[in-house]
Parts: sequence; C-alpha cells; structure tokens
Amino acid sequence: MARTVSTQRKIAFTAVAWILAMVIFFPILYTIITSLKTETEAIQGFRLIPSFTLENYVTVQTQRDYFKPFMNSVVISVGSTILALLVAIPSAWAMAFSPTKRTKDILMWMLSTKMMPSVAVLVPIYLIFRDTSLLDTRIGLTIMLMLINLPIVIWMLYTYFREIPGEILEAARMDGASLWGEIVYVLTPMAIPGIASTMLLNIILAWNEAFWTIRLTTTNAAPLTAFIASFSSPQGLFWAKLSAASTLAIAPIVILGWFSQKQLVRGLTFGAVK
Amino acid sequence: MGSITLQNVSKTFGEVSVIPSIDLQINDGEFAVFVGPSGCGKSTLLRLIAGLEDVSGGKILIDGVDATDKAPSQRGLAMVFQSYALYPHMSVRSNIGFPLKMAGMDKADIDRKVNDAAKILNLTDYLERKPRNLSGGQRQRVAIGRAIVRSPECFLFDEPLSNLDAALRVNMRLEITQLHQQLKATSIYVTHDQVEAMTMADKIVVLNKGRIEQVGSPLDLYHKPANIFVAGFIGSPKMNLISGAFAAAHNAHTIGVRPEHVTLSTTEGTWKGKVVVAEHLGSDTFLHVDVEGIGHITTRAGGEFTVKHGDTVFITPDPNRIHRFNDKGLAI
Repeated sequence: MARTVSTQRKIAFTAVAWILAMVIFFPILYTIITSLKTETEAIQGFRLIPSFTLENYVTVQTQRDYFKPFMNSVVISVGSTILALLVAIPSAWAMAFSPTKRTKDILMWMLSTKMMPSVAVLVPIYLIFRDTSLLDTRIGLTIMLMLINLPIVIWMLYTYFREIPGEILEAARMDGASLWGEIVYVLTPMAIPGIASTMLLNIILAWNEAFWTIRLTTTNAAPLTAFIASFSSPQGLFWAKLSAASTLAIAPIVILGWFSQKQLVRGLTFGAVK
Repeated sequence: MGSITLQNVSKTFGEVSVIPSIDLQINDGEFAVFVGPSGCGKSTLLRLIAGLEDVSGGKILIDGVDATDKAPSQRGLAMVFQSYALYPHMSVRSNIGFPLKMAGMDKADIDRKVNDAAKILNLTDYLERKPRNLSGGQRQRVAIGRAIVRSPECFLFDEPLSNLDAALRVNMRLEITQLHQQLKATSIYVTHDQVEAMTMADKIVVLNKGRIEQVGSPLDLYHKPANIFVAGFIGSPKMNLISGAFAAAHNAHTIGVRPEHVTLSTTEGTWKGKVVVAEHLGSDTFLHVDVEGIGHITTRAGGEFTVKHGDTVFITPDPNRIHRFNDKGLAI
C-alpha cells in the first residue's frame, strides 16, 4: 500500500517537474519556432508548427553582421570574468581564511549594491563614460560588467574557499610546506573546481546582460544583446527575424552551458549543498 | 633524540586564559597521552607544541633546543589530525610522499620510502587511489603514513581515532601501539577517552581547565590518584565517591571506592541496597545500586553474578582499597 502511494507520488512529482520545466523552457522553444516561420506567419497568432524556412537566418546574416557583435560578446563576457576573478580571488581568499569581526558586514554591503536598480545610476554612469570616452568601447563595457558581477563572484568564491578545511592547510604546514608550497600544491588544486564554476556562471551572466550593454554602446562595441534589440526598430517589429537573431545570440551560451552542466549546478546551488 | 620540554607555557585567547602555566617533560621515545574532558586545553597544548598556535608565554624545547619561535615545518614534528586532513586531490602515494616532496627529496627516494611506509601500514594495494575511495580506517592509516614517512623526532596525534567506529578504534589503537614499539619515536597523543589513555600510554598527563592534575604511568594514576578529579576520570566504570558519615568514619572528607573493589552478596554485607539497573556484559556484570543513606553506587561483579532490577544486594568495600580525600579534594 505504502509502496504504491510512494510510486504515485513519484509520478506526480515527476510530472509537475516536467510541466514546470516546459513552462520555463517554452519562451525559448517558441522563439526557435518563430525563427523558422515567415514574417507573415509570425504575426498571424499562436501556431506551434512553423513552415521551417531558414530565410530569416539568411536575412539576419546578410542585413547585419553577426560576427562582430558575437566577438564583442565573447571579449566582453570573458574579459569581464577574468578581470572579476583577478580582483575577487584575493579578496574572497582573505575573507575566507583570515576573517575579522567585520567580514560578514563587508560581504553584506557588497551584496547590497546588487539590490539597487541599475537605472538609478544610469545617468551618472553614462556621464562618467562620456567624459572618459568609454562609451561604445569594449574596454568600458568589460569594466562595467566586471563591476556589476563582482559581488556575486566574491560571494561564490568566498563560499567555496570556506569549504576548504583549515586542518588541511595546517597539515601542509606540518608536512613542511612553505606558504608558496601550500598555495601551489594544496590550496589551488582544491580551489579550482570552485573557481571554474564561478567563472562559468559569470560568463553566462555577462553574456546575457542587456541593460548596460544596450545603453552604453551603439555600433563598435555592441554585443549580441544589442544585436537582438536592433531588430525591434522604429520601422516596425520583425518577429521572425528578431527570433532568429535571438536564437543565434543564445546558441553559443546554451551550448557552453550544456557541456558544463555539472559545474553549473554546483555553482548555482553554491554553499547550499555539500 | 626527541625529548620535549615545556617551561611555564601559557596560552590566552583574547581575555580568556586557556592554559595558565604548564611545566612538563616528555622523554625521548616515550608515548605520552594528554587526557581530559573536552575544553580542558589538551588540544591547544598539542597545537602549541606543533607550532600551529603561538605561545603567550614560556618556552618549548624540542630535543633541548628552544623551538618556541620556530615555524611548524621547522620543528621536525609530524601530526595526525582528527579529521585525517588528507589532500583530497592527491592519490594515497602523493599524500604519503608530500612531506618528502616538500623536503626536496628526489623521486626515486620518495618512491622507496612511500613503499616502505605503505608496507608497514598495509596500504600497498591502495597507493593509486584517492582518499575519497578509502574507508575511514584506511584514511587514518594514510594520515599515519604521511606522518611516519619522514621519520620525525616526534609524532603528535590529535584525537586520531574519534571518527572511527568502536570496533575499528580498538584495532587502530593496537596498531598505533605496535607502530610505536617498532619505531620507538616520541609520541604525544591527545584523547578524551581514558580507555585509550590507559591502554596506550607510557605516561599519562591528566588535564583539567588548562592545568595538569597529575602525571604518571597508567597504573600509578589508577592506584594512586592525586585528587578527586583524577580518581573520577581514570577507571571505567567511574569510581564511586562518597562523602558524609561514611567518609568521616575513615577520617576523610570524601572516600572513593572503585566498582571492582567491592564484594557483592545477596545475603550479608556493609551496605544494603536495591538494584536499579543490571548491565550483563557476559564477562562482567555492572550493577547500579541505590544504597540507603549513601545514594547511587556502581559495582562490578563477575558475569555469573545474576541479579535483576529490584533485587536486594549487599555491598562490602575492600578496606585496603579505599581512597581517602580531604576537603580540598586531595588524596590523603
């Protein structure tokens, strides 16, 4: 009896999980479907079966250059991630291994900057970018994305480093390791999985960041987010082309995410499970 | 070769004085056990010797040389941690070989020494495994292997067996004792388990609230406890401590009677009481008896002494084996 109940519950939970996953995935699926429709089909209303035309992809490629915003996205997301790690590793390290009374407060303060709506600082940031000639430059955007993701990167790394037990470092010291030996042979190898998943998550966050990338660029440094946005223009909405552009924009990051699922899940649940 | 001397060693954490002042001599080749209840400062004392904590005052001499200000790696000591503290990303071979690699030894020598250590500890078949693929006992062996591989002056053990299950603990206890007899290196072993202390030690150091209560051989402490604390801590089951009129009759403030130093009878004896709980272990029977006018008394009888809950028994303490203590808790 109890066993059948538990099987039924299992089936019910699995069904709910699948339905939820489909609901979450549906917008992406419908974007892909729409990208395979003609423009007329696309505005005709809800239809799940497209005419499977690749015309939009061809148009998107020829009308506008896909390669340039793609390269911008790569440079900006990878660049901002590397910069963020360079700053975050030492600071998370210091906070994890020699915490003081104020460490928790500093961490909370860092996180609190993420609670502020971006639009609140749009004008000052824009003016700073204008005055320092950083508008529409890759370097400007890289710095910007590095700064907005830094709190999350530091938090994640802090949580990972905290998981490295202090006794292992003491064991290394007893075994005759110098500070350098401790870092090279013990700490770094143990920290690498954490650093890797932080890096992956940050690349995804930076890749998808749309608020700043659209507002601080025009043509030269515009990444794929701006590329998508350019298809909703004053001349009219081109749903099918917009969808094709979106599909092209998310494809690389979805593929990257697919191959690094294991690391990512660990990254997303950081600190929650051991 | 590996004597350790503590002179006036003290340790404070902020305002809190964990160890007021300790003098202690551990001779070369001795197996010394620090034992005491949790929070008594035994682990702190070990960490001071290791150099993982800095002393607040006093001196630590290793082999006659002042090591107070030396880094842990300079002291020539090896430590086995409670959590094993193995390097999770290294194979067993690399774990054991790590101290030699840090010492800059060449690869062939490292391999030879690691193989020797693995043979002593029955780890030869596991050398290429990662620590996560080992059982608790095997991990503990690897931790010991990492300690013995560079033939240190002294081994420090910080409650190494407390994460193991009971059966394995008895086994490892035996193995560590045999290893000590084989290697003859000075060892300091921290535990809260008085059975481990009694079975392994040449010299037991009983600690309480950061002070040394008594230093001596296991049987010294058992037969001649210096005070009530040691009397109650050493021996299992614990010594019965009785104060009041019965103690006054022996010219003492408190008397101590070990559970095994009484005669039990169902017909006659000094104290009459009712059995509250009878624990039959087969070889022994532990009786928890409520004695009129005295209170709770634990006794140890032979396995064939069969009484049960609610029975009346008579207890006669062996007059030659009564421990007497004055009002300050010191042995008379």
